Amino acid sequence: MNNNKVIQVEGLTKMFGDFTAVNAITFEVEKGEIFGFLGANGAGKTTAMKMLIGISKPTSGEANVAGFDVFTHAEDIKKNIGYMSQKFALYDDLTVKENITFFGGIYGLSRKIIKEKSDVLIAELGLEKVANQLVGSLPLGWKQKLSFSVSLLHDPKIVFLDEPTGGVDPITRRQFWEMIYKASNQGTTVFVTTHYMDEAEYCDRVSIMVNGKIEALDTPKKLKKQFNAATMNDVFLKLARG
Amino acid sequence: MLPIIFVLPILQLVILSNAATFEVKNIKFGYIDNDHTSTSRALVEKFNASTYFDVLTDFPSEAFASSEMLKGKVDVVLEIPHYFERDLQKEKYNNLGVTINAIDGAAAGVENVYVNQIVQNFNQHLKVDLLQVSDKQIQPIYIETIPLFWYNETLNYKTFMVPGILVLLVTMITLFLSGMNIVREKEIGTLEQINVTPIKKSQFIIGKLFPFWVVGMALLTIGLILAKLIFDVPMLGSLVLLYAYTSIYILVILGMGLFISNFTDTQQQAMFIAWFFVVIFILMSGLFTPIESMPKWAQIVTEFNPIKYFVEVIRMVMLKGSGFMDILPLGLKTLAYAIVMNGLAVWSYKKTN
Repeated sequence: MNNNKVIQVEGLTKMFGDFTAVNAITFEVEKGEIFGFLGANGAGKTTAMKMLIGISKPTSGEANVAGFDVFTHAEDIKKNIGYMSQKFALYDDLTVKENITFFGGIYGLSRKIIKEKSDVLIAELGLEKVANQLVGSLPLGWKQKLSFSVSLLHDPKIVFLDEPTGGVDPITRRQFWEMIYKASNQGTTVFVTTHYMDEAEYCDRVSIMVNGKIEALDTPKKLKKQFNAATMNDVFLKLARG
Repeated sequence: MLPIIFVLPILQLVILSNAATFEVKNIKFGYIDNDHTSTSRALVEKFNASTYFDVLTDFPSEAFASSEMLKGKVDVVLEIPHYFERDLQKEKYNNLGVTINAIDGAAAGVENVYVNQIVQNFNQHLKVDLLQVSDKQIQPIYIETIPLFWYNETLNYKTFMVPGILVLLVTMITLFLSGMNIVREKEIGTLEQINVTPIKKSQFIIGKLFPFWVVGMALLTIGLILAKLIFDVPMLGSLVLLYAYTSIYILVILGMGLFISNFTDTQQQAMFIAWFFVVIFILMSGLFTPIESMPKWAQIVTEFNPIKYFVEVIRMVMLKGSGFMDILPLGLKTLAYAIVMNGLAVWSYKKTN
């Protein structure tokens, strides 16, 4: 196995009864890459991602994430990945610090390391004043940034982001992508789904899913050339409309 | 939330323990006196003297009495026939008509017993009087039973009910809290976040159980203190034994709650199922109705009712002073139940769908 390939997917399929949500997708993601996973609502992005992070069993196909097989070693994958869901999923009724401590603890970090990391993290996000406030009282943009930082707490090899910037303002989105770049520069692979086509341009490589299949996969530049489009938006529209 | 968890059960304990009584008191009693003699008045006076009967009025006619019973104004009507006194003296024998509202059959039975006791008591005095007049040589023979009421000498209903109601409260609160819990996390999405972490299933379930276990034990403590202070319920057995048993018992309920939570998608579903079981468990627990009088199949069903075990144990320990060996069989069954329920809870919690 090539060590540079942190995600290898071959013919991965998920069926719900007769409905094929993900239809034999095949792709690879390299270490340190920012991989954009695009598709219309219902195209199967989230289902595909759930198989990769080990919370949904694939119907068939093969997938290897962070060096572990999704069928047999889902729990080992979980130790090596971070995940931020579409829905804000930190505990609203815990404070910022408590959330960090809790998730750090689950990943088996020592108290000392959690303390150090949470101080750094709170300082970076500028959350000093609200560190002891309930997370539920924070604005959405802050929550999302916190959520992303928490998913990076245990230095995962890969971080999966499911529409991380949904519903946040442009400035926060900008800051969010700066955080993504920073993580990527430090060697973390970023697997991100989004509906914002300008964000797609920030990715190293992009795949576009239509009706459960990956219809296009390349760098944004090459995709635009291939589909003879000025922006990723046009590429997406051409593909999604078939 | 925390004040609600503790204040409501305490209120329930105080209210229910006072209200949930099977003692039949304040019986609405009416009579139709067709005789109007000193004997008939003496009989009515006997009822008046009893604390169980509220003697209402002398009904002018049977028709009026039955219309009052229809309206629910009277529950027991005694009809004293014409020439009651005269016939008694002549025939040394007479009949009294008693009409009892028997919609609540159990209460009607008790009322009947009370009426009979009063009439018999009246009868004995009368016999002595009559005998003295007619034949002094024949001595009346009495056989009397002298009951000894063990474990609750004064037949205090609260002594019997308070421990049982305490069981209900501990059970209901812990079942609902645990039943709502995982499913709530499913609803708000945090469960998914937990599922992508390497946390072990057993760790997760233990983490979920522990806080509610503490809540359950705290409720028991508060309940026991109130039972002593307000209701003066005795604590004959070992407190340590009761706590040891309760600590296992709560695990059964929590395991059950988490199992429900794992199988449902919304809090409504979980609540509905939790209620389904709670109602069956309560009504078939032996708390309100003795299990021995249930049909055979129902008695078998109660074997799976954790509340039944706890009600038995708490009454045994508190009221009878039963020791470790006495409750051991119940304790072992409860332990087995706890292992099965928590095994199911861990098993049914699936990190991967």
